[in-house]
Amino acid sequence: MRILPAGDHALLVELENLDEVLGYYAALAGSPPAGVVDIVPAARTVLVSTDGTDLTALTRALRAVRPIGGGSFGGEPLEIPVVYDGEDLDDLAGYLGCSAEDVVKRHTAEDWTVAFCGFSPGFGYLTGTGSWDVPRRESPRTKVPTGAVALAGEFSGVYPRESPGGWQLIGHTTLRIFDQGREPAALFQPGRRVRFVQADD
Amino acid sequence: MSRATGEGPAATAAALTVLEPGPLATIQDRGRAGQAALGVPRSGACDRRSYELANRLVGNAPGAAAIEVTFGGLALRAEAEVVVAVTGAPCPDAPLNAPSTLRAGDVLRLGAPRSGLRTYVAVRGGIGVEPVLGSRATDLLSGLGPAPLTAGDVLPVGCEHGPMPGVDLAAVADPVAGDLVVRVIPGPRQDWFAPGALLGRRYAVSSNSNRIGVRLEGTPLERIREGELPSEGMTLGALQMPPSGLPVLFLADHPVTGGYPVIAYVARADLDACAQLRPGQSLRFTS
Repeated sequence: MRILPAGDHALLVELENLDEVLGYYAALAGSPPAGVVDIVPAARTVLVSTDGTDLTALTRALRAVRPIGGGSFGGEPLEIPVVYDGEDLDDLAGYLGCSAEDVVKRHTAEDWTVAFCGFSPGFGYLTGTGSWDVPRRESPRTKVPTGAVALAGEFSGVYPRESPGGWQLIGHTTLRIFDQGREPAALFQPGRRVRFVQADD
Repeated sequence: MSRATGEGPAATAAALTVLEPGPLATIQDRGRAGQAALGVPRSGACDRRSYELANRLVGNAPGAAAIEVTFGGLALRAEAEVVVAVTGAPCPDAPLNAPSTLRAGDVLRLGAPRSGLRTYVAVRGGIGVEPVLGSRATDLLSGLGPAPLTAGDVLPVGCEHGPMPGVDLAAVADPVAGDLVVRVIPGPRQDWFAPGALLGRRYAVSSNSNRIGVRLEGTPLERIREGELPSEGMTLGALQMPPSGLPVLFLADHPVTGGYPVIAYVARADLDACAQLRPGQSLRFTS
């Protein structure tokens, strides 16, 4: 673990891999040090920003964090009903050397965990128990519809609203992943467990 | 279009009607801190010192919503008597850094500022639009919060405030009009660049700058190492270095993560001055 400078109000904790990030974030978010305003996990790092400037004390506190194994917050997984009708499903199956049904089976069989969020409010990067390695589309779409369920790299995700996007679309859900009028607005939070369930349209 | 929600303003309720928004006027407050892990940017006023001062001058609680005006041009009509304060970039004809009363029918009109970029208009009671995720701020990156103001908008004025501060005029210097020098603190990826490479160079503020970031023009800075960076969290004041080698300084509506190395951060105390930079103005960094 390295603690890197990030201005006079934040520090960036750099870890070896995504599993370490999940475990570290779970421990830190469970009992954040005094003065911490935001904790932002990402692929290899956790950004910790504060309302004060005592970064020496924060450095000590960050070094003392004992990561939680597994990294998820536990609890029942969030079930997301998916109609697997994505435009890229057949091409992706071809790329992976299997059938579209196999892709669906794999996607619904795995336990997924929200590793981190970003890109747009409520967009989660979900990691599975398997090892996905999905290329992004060569040319991103200018419009991906709300609720599109997609894969890219080692991640799965659901587009919270219409936006541009380069991920491979495998299906869609009618569940509102992000709704600014709802409490909580975002269904995906780092550490949340997720299952995808095949739905009829 | 009325922005009032719920029961709507009664006939005598205080409100401000937007006659002209100018190039860009948005509603801002302290933003949505604490939700970055959900992908929700902080947003809020870009020049926080000026915004906070405007609220203090009219006796508002910290965090009350005010109007952030970009390069003047805003015209507002008071629909009932209200107390307002104008701070930040000084616009001709508008009383600056002091509370003033608008009677029903009075129009507040902001000309182009003589220096700086962003002017704040606070009204006693705050702008009473409906909050989204705990804030009334317009986030232009995420599309959260109210849309930028347009002519005809009726802005409800809230009724929560404290006592007036007993200050007639706050002594505040105008934003710097010429060369601005700000302090920087190392960023997490400073070692991707030659030591001290950023310091002393003269950059010009690009006209592509906005509430997300100040884009800088000048001599590109070269990386001294190759490789790609997995996206990582960033916060206010980050100087992110895209492949162009020209830094982008993140302001209020910056994304919560980014995939380019952050060479340095602007000191928090110097950020408000950066929020007042105009296109073409020159900027240098010091340690």
